[in-house]
Amino acid sequence: MYDVTVIGAGVVGGLVARALSKYKLNICILESENDVAMGASKANSAIVHAGFDAKAGTLKAKLNVRGNQMMEEVCKELGVKYKNNGSLVVGFSEEDRAVLGELLERGKANNVEGLRIIEKDELHQMEPNLSDDIICALYAPTGGIVCPYTLTISAVGNAMDNGAELKCNFKVTDIEETENGYRVSSENDSVTTRYIINCAGIYSDEIAKMIGDNSFDIHPRRGEYILLDRENEQIFSHTIFRTPSKMGKGILITPTVHNNLLLGPTSYDMTDKDDKDTTAVGFEAILNSTKETAKSVPINKTITSFCGLRSVGSTGDFIINSPKKGFINVAGIESPGLSSSPAIAEYIEEMLKEDGLELILKPEYNPTRKPYYAFHEASAEEKNAIIKENPAYGRIVCRCEGITEGEIVDAIRRNPQPRDLDGVKRRTRAQMGRCQGGFCGPYVIEILSKELDIPYENITKFGGESLINVEITKGGQSQ
Amino acid sequence: MKDLVIIGGGPAGMSAAIAAYENGIKDILILERDSNLGGILQQCIHNGFGLHKFGEELTGPEYAWRYEKKVRELGIEFKLNTMVLDVTEDKVITATNTEDGLFQIKAKAVILAMGCRERSKGALNIAGSRPAGIYSAGTAQKYVNMKGYLPGKNIVILGSGDIGLIMARRMTLEGAKVHAVCELMPYSGGLARNIEQCLNDFGIPLKLSHTIIQIHGKDRVEGVTIAKVDEKRKPIKGSEEYIPCDTILFSVGLLPENELSKTANVTLSPITSGAVVDQDRQTSVEGIFSCGNVLHVHDLVDYVSEEAEIAGKAAVEYINGIQDESVLIPINTDGKIRYTVPQRITKKKDVAVYFRVSNIYKNVIIKVSDGNNTLLTKKKVKVAPGEMESITLKKEIFENVKELYFSLEEK
Ligand SMILES: Cc1cc2nc3c(=O)[nH]c(=O)nc-3n(C[C@H](O)[C@H](O)[C@H](O)COP(=O)(O)OP(=O)(O)OC[C@H]3O[C@@H](n4cnc5c(N)ncnc54)[C@H](O)[C@@H]3O)c2cc1C
Ligand SMILES: Cc1cc2nc3c(=O)[nH]c(=O)nc-3n(C[C@H](O)[C@H](O)[C@H](O)COP(=O)(O)OP(=O)(O)OC[C@H]3O[C@@H](n4cnc5c(N)ncnc54)[C@H](O)[C@@H]3O)c2cc1C
Repeated sequence: MYDVTVIGAGVVGGLVARALSKYKLNICILESENDVAMGASKANSAIVHAGFDAKAGTLKAKLNVRGNQMMEEVCKELGVKYKNNGSLVVGFSEEDRAVLGELLERGKANNVEGLRIIEKDELHQMEPNLSDDIICALYAPTGGIVCPYTLTISAVGNAMDNGAELKCNFKVTDIEETENGYRVSSENDSVTTRYIINCAGIYSDEIAKMIGDNSFDIHPRRGEYILLDRENEQIFSHTIFRTPSKMGKGILITPTVHNNLLLGPTSYDMTDKDDKDTTAVGFEAILNSTKETAKSVPINKTITSFCGLRSVGSTGDFIINSPKKGFINVAGIESPGLSSSPAIAEYIEEMLKEDGLELILKPEYNPTRKPYYAFHEASAEEKNAIIKENPAYGRIVCRCEGITEGEIVDAIRRNPQPRDLDGVKRRTRAQMGRCQGGFCGPYVIEILSKELDIPYENITKFGGESLINVEITKGGQSQ
Repeated sequence: MKDLVIIGGGPAGMSAAIAAYENGIKDILILERDSNLGGILQQCIHNGFGLHKFGEELTGPEYAWRYEKKVRELGIEFKLNTMVLDVTEDKVITATNTEDGLFQIKAKAVILAMGCRERSKGALNIAGSRPAGIYSAGTAQKYVNMKGYLPGKNIVILGSGDIGLIMARRMTLEGAKVHAVCELMPYSGGLARNIEQCLNDFGIPLKLSHTIIQIHGKDRVEGVTIAKVDEKRKPIKGSEEYIPCDTILFSVGLLPENELSKTANVTLSPITSGAVVDQDRQTSVEGIFSCGNVLHVHDLVDYVSEEAEIAGKAAVEYINGIQDESVLIPINTDGKIRYTVPQRITKKKDVAVYFRVSNIYKNVIIKVSDGNNTLLTKKKVKVAPGEMESITLKKEIFENVKELYFSLEEK
């Protein structure tokens, strides 16, 4: 019997599990996919919002500002890339300027620090590649960027290092109340638990319905992106938002913590929670908006495009409540959910404490975790030292991003273990460069197959039926 | 310190090494990141290599072996499993492998022979999902020919580059069904002989002016929607067709792999994506040469070997300090001629100029002029972007000119 079961290994579930893993509790994380960070937490804008968007008094406003303050420290502890690059909301007209003024006031009410309106000259000095049609901007120096999937992976990994258990391919289909808690079941497995924290993202309404809570609905809203190749010199250093309008927050341009340039997201309301298709209409919208915002963007450097689904809740705010003893909803966590995630975890800790769960600190709890080793960032001496220690660091497997066999093996052996190609990609960046795994994919499969003792032809892209090779050729033989 | 360091042990790197050795420089080191010499030819197990060079039809590995054998016989030093990470303007090379760790070598001359890579699907912004079952044609070739695995059974290929055509045949021979090869342009970028031998002989339809507009499937590819495109290459409404398949191969172009050329501050051409070179294949940085697919994408490996010999010999002259009478003549093109290699002439000696055209043209005259006077013409019945052409310029022709112009006229 577990004390706490977290359903959903996104950034919210991951950080909740990690926060609770400092206490003497038996914790289990259930995830329907083959790996963690397979939902919204892997496909979003990766912005740590300053907190001027949400209306004062909402959970969104409160947790965003608090999360923003916590993010740098959490990332440092977990060895995750974070950068306080600052955000700019740019205005093209006097109407935009008025909206920016409102945002400024709202930000002040939410206690966001350092906000100010800047004028054209200063703005263009900060970002010379902005369109000349832009006349002013709201500058938010506390805005930042983070790697959302490594944050999720590292949060779950740190929770596991501190004793939590992760069960992947466990899709919760039923929850039964028992004498002293719940029985949570998938098609072929079940666990019993005293507490359930429902962090199931876009499916959190369906999990709530399993215990009879019909108080809210979640619907998906599509957001598509185009990702450009890494450059030595960034053409934008801040995150550039458009002034929000009735049509939404608009399409942003932002550097990522890995020096790629990210363009997006679009915004379309959907009904199908599984439809993560990108669309021709979406690409056009992104390109058109980008052309308005920037003088020039090297679209020919596109390396991939992707789509994430926002979990839009029916209440307009984050839905964090306890509809039943021992059951907590963490639902409707749309943007700024990533920014708020460390604060959400803290909030849940408080809720559990208030509910009477005994929280006794574990003396052996370790909040830190080594970052995934990045050979290409190391100094010459460090490189030589690590190759001497383990020659596999001398062999570059991914030529685009310069990732070594040592890094891949190391990532496969750590919590939470990747079991497919995409899992290795998110942890090491192998296959994430301009050739998108065309060159190193076959080698990564070889390493995965050897490390996990899975036949070469059974390795998948992301679990399920996503096989890379379907059979052995006439002349081939299984490796 | 080494006299000559060659980066890349494919056909270009090996030919350059042999040429340099035979011209008197013995202190040579080839650095190759793969576990074998031979480059991309290792996975090209079909035949058709060497017709031009050896007068016989060899497979890729056979062709490569002729050079590797020579390299071994001559005792030219090479390091395998060694990735070059950086080259500087003053020819300091940083590399890493499991035995030596991270190491640096200074060279008197450097030859860049890193080959090219395939353009990935990601660059195309095709709508739809991102399931397993999407490969570049060269990756599929590696799975089938080197690893012994079949990546799929029902295939649609986008792009009619040579690798795509070769793989259409290869997958068919392995028992897969290739439903169509879609090509965005109204003509194929591949060699005519490959269309004949790889598609027509197997009844595989080549759909010109067609593209994939949507990818379907959740875990694995389940199908594609293709459509005909207009002159602006935009999909035509109503022409959509759904083809069920489990695999999509992309053969949408090759890109010279010039990351290291950039670290060495070598000037690159936006058209070829390779270095700008003179007749010796010397780049904008003195003593750094470039040849093979890293310089511009070749369709025949025979020409790669030839070009590498030029670079190898010239590197020897450079190391020995030999100077010809020098000139500086840029070669300009008119757009119909997309590019030439070399892009400039710096020595008074006969030069073979290679070039590609930007469209299919019939009954044409290729004209070489100095801007005012025509110096040379060459008639061709047909020219196509997929086939490289060449013209040899005798040194007498450009003795007194400041610039050269290559243009194409249709009759
Ligand atoms: C397009 C887009 C842009 C965004 N941009 C930003 C931004 O810039 N800044 C910001 O702060 N926020 C942003 N967000 C919001 C942020 O991404 C989310 O708030 C955050 O990732 C939510 O994390 P989560 O853990 O709640 O959900 P998810 O990451 O979706 O995790 C839910 C997990 O639950 C699992 N699950 C679902 N059902 C079951 C089941 N039945 N059994 C077991 N497991 C199950 C899923 O597989 C998934 O792994 C954006 C979101 C989107 C979509
Ligand atoms: C699928 C396919 C089919 C083909 N079919 C034919 C055909 O039918 N007939 C024909 O004549 N030609 C054919 N070709 C063309 C021929 O294979 C190429 O022209 C030839 O291989 C190019 O030689 P190269 O040495 O320039 O490049 P490559 O063969 O690519 O060699 C480059 C070498 O450099 C190494 N390298 C790169 N970067 C580094 C680094 N940083 N450090 C160390 N080493 C590095 C690479 O590992 C590689 O071994 C085909 C090519 C392909 C891909």
